[in-house]
Amino acid sequence: MTTTAAKPTAVTAPVDHAAGKSRVELKNVSRGFGEDWAREEVVRNLTFEIKPGDLTCIVGPSGCGKSTIVNMVAGYDHPDSGEILLNGQKVVGPAKDRMVVFQETALMPWQTTFDNVVFGPRLRHEGSRPEIEKEAHRLLEKVGLGEFKQKYPSQLSGGMQRRAELARALINRPLLLIMDEPFRGLDAMSRPLMQEFFLRLFEENRRTNLFVTSEIEEAIFLADRLVVLSNRPAQVRAVIEIPLPRPRQFHMMSSPEVFEIKRQALEILHDEAMKSFGGAAHFAHRGPAEHEARA
Amino acid sequence: MSVIAHDVYAGDRTPARRQQPTGFGMALHRAKKGLRSPTPYLMVFGIAVWLFAYWLLCEGLSLPRFEKIPGPVTILSDWISANPQQGTSIYTPDYYQHIYVSCRRILIAFVLATALGVPLGLLMGWSAKVKDYTFPLFETLRPIPIMAWVPLAILMFAGYETPVIFLATLASFFATTLNTMLGVQSIDESYFRAAGCLGSRKRDVFWHVVVPGAMPFIFTGLQISIGVAWFSLVAAEMVSGDFGLGYLILSSYVNSVTVPMVIGMLTLGFVGWFSSAIVRFVGNRLMQWHVKALAMQGR
Repeated sequence: MTTTAAKPTAVTAPVDHAAGKSRVELKNVSRGFGEDWAREEVVRNLTFEIKPGDLTCIVGPSGCGKSTIVNMVAGYDHPDSGEILLNGQKVVGPAKDRMVVFQETALMPWQTTFDNVVFGPRLRHEGSRPEIEKEAHRLLEKVGLGEFKQKYPSQLSGGMQRRAELARALINRPLLLIMDEPFRGLDAMSRPLMQEFFLRLFEENRRTNLFVTSEIEEAIFLADRLVVLSNRPAQVRAVIEIPLPRPRQFHMMSSPEVFEIKRQALEILHDEAMKSFGGAAHFAHRGPAEHEARA
Repeated sequence: MSVIAHDVYAGDRTPARRQQPTGFGMALHRAKKGLRSPTPYLMVFGIAVWLFAYWLLCEGLSLPRFEKIPGPVTILSDWISANPQQGTSIYTPDYYQHIYVSCRRILIAFVLATALGVPLGLLMGWSAKVKDYTFPLFETLRPIPIMAWVPLAILMFAGYETPVIFLATLASFFATTLNTMLGVQSIDESYFRAAGCLGSRKRDVFWHVVVPGAMPFIFTGLQISIGVAWFSLVAAEMVSGDFGLGYLILSSYVNSVTVPMVIGMLTLGFVGWFSSAIVRFVGNRLMQWHVKALAMQGR
């Protein structure tokens, strides 16, 4: 299968030494919500590592606490116990070294695409105005939005909004890029295109990446490692290495290797999904095998 | 299965596209486009039907209870007459004095209410502390009808002018503040988060997220606010005033001249409409992003 995703255009980029060298560690992270008497644990004793230059995918049944993990790594939320380390330093709050690309677009609707991209560096007064603008132009060309710089986010398609958001994140040269189900809600045509585009972007400099998704196929196609989570409270059920070579191609997805990985992951996920089904589980007779046949 | 491919570009002989007209050309283009739509004709027809019904009730048939009410012909002929039978027309300087006084009061009241209400609303929406301090009192005072404030206003302020302006300001202040506060609360959390990881300080978040994000609600509030400003102004002018359209309406009634009364009412309608149109125009000018977002939704 061949696709014609817009390739990131080769424009000489300033050397970004930070990219691909950052390590993130989660150590015994737990988080719950609610009052003592009705406390619900959302994340329990979570320990895993994101290796430098790796794309680590978190997969888990919906509602299992993936977004809570993202919020804690990004610094919007804090663990009740345990710690999150970025290059050995404890994460305390949101900062430009951990950029988040959100589920729904979080581009400021009142700013043009260009103003959105320069927003961060401009506020932090990093570098001169022409420097910032030059870099923004370069990134926007790279993500294929050269002609849409002066448009407002509402005038862009879903895929374009995602790419604009990538540009807005990348201009800050983060140590870690966090993507929280970024391609959810895109239509069946633009989703694979975005996945391939994003892969090329990642493979260019391998910026350490934490990618959250509920789509197992997407996870295998993109990731170096899968962290499979349990049902709420989220715990690590399995860590699966994806041995596929890079650059990744769509045809790799039909190899027996991938089939086996998918089977393993689905078996765990199915197990967990059944638990969240609770009392209604006995109505759903479908075993993992049937699940797989549909996937 | 066979696939028949159509080369859609083969017969493509589109003539060169016209250039986008600018300024006057664009206005002309819009006017032409407007005249080709049914809207202007339906509007004219609608007005004609209502006017005819009004004429029929008062002048055509002179139904009971309507015979004392001046009909459209009587009003129009007096309104544009150089020697109006009942004393008020577009030729009498008094008429403009009334309009001017009311407009000046509205302007002062609206500016005051906006200057106080928008910042307060922004702070109330943004900071839970400010809201805790102010909201209970705000919600207690807000439902008090403007007419209930009249005696107090007359006691508090001297002369004709200040109590009237105070009453109009008060009414529009509540509308503006409440809408601004709701506007800030309506801003999606994700914009605050995005601004957070992009490294904004509190002040930046206020100017780059809170203010622009609340803008659509603020302008909705201002539209309501200018409406209630007129409403309370007229009420106030009827009780305490020497000039103004509200005063014209009530004094005409007291002096048993019904035509200037209706002229005053219609003038209020036009001036009020015009003032909201200005607010809407300014709002759309300031929020091109919002106008475009609505246009994308086909509105």
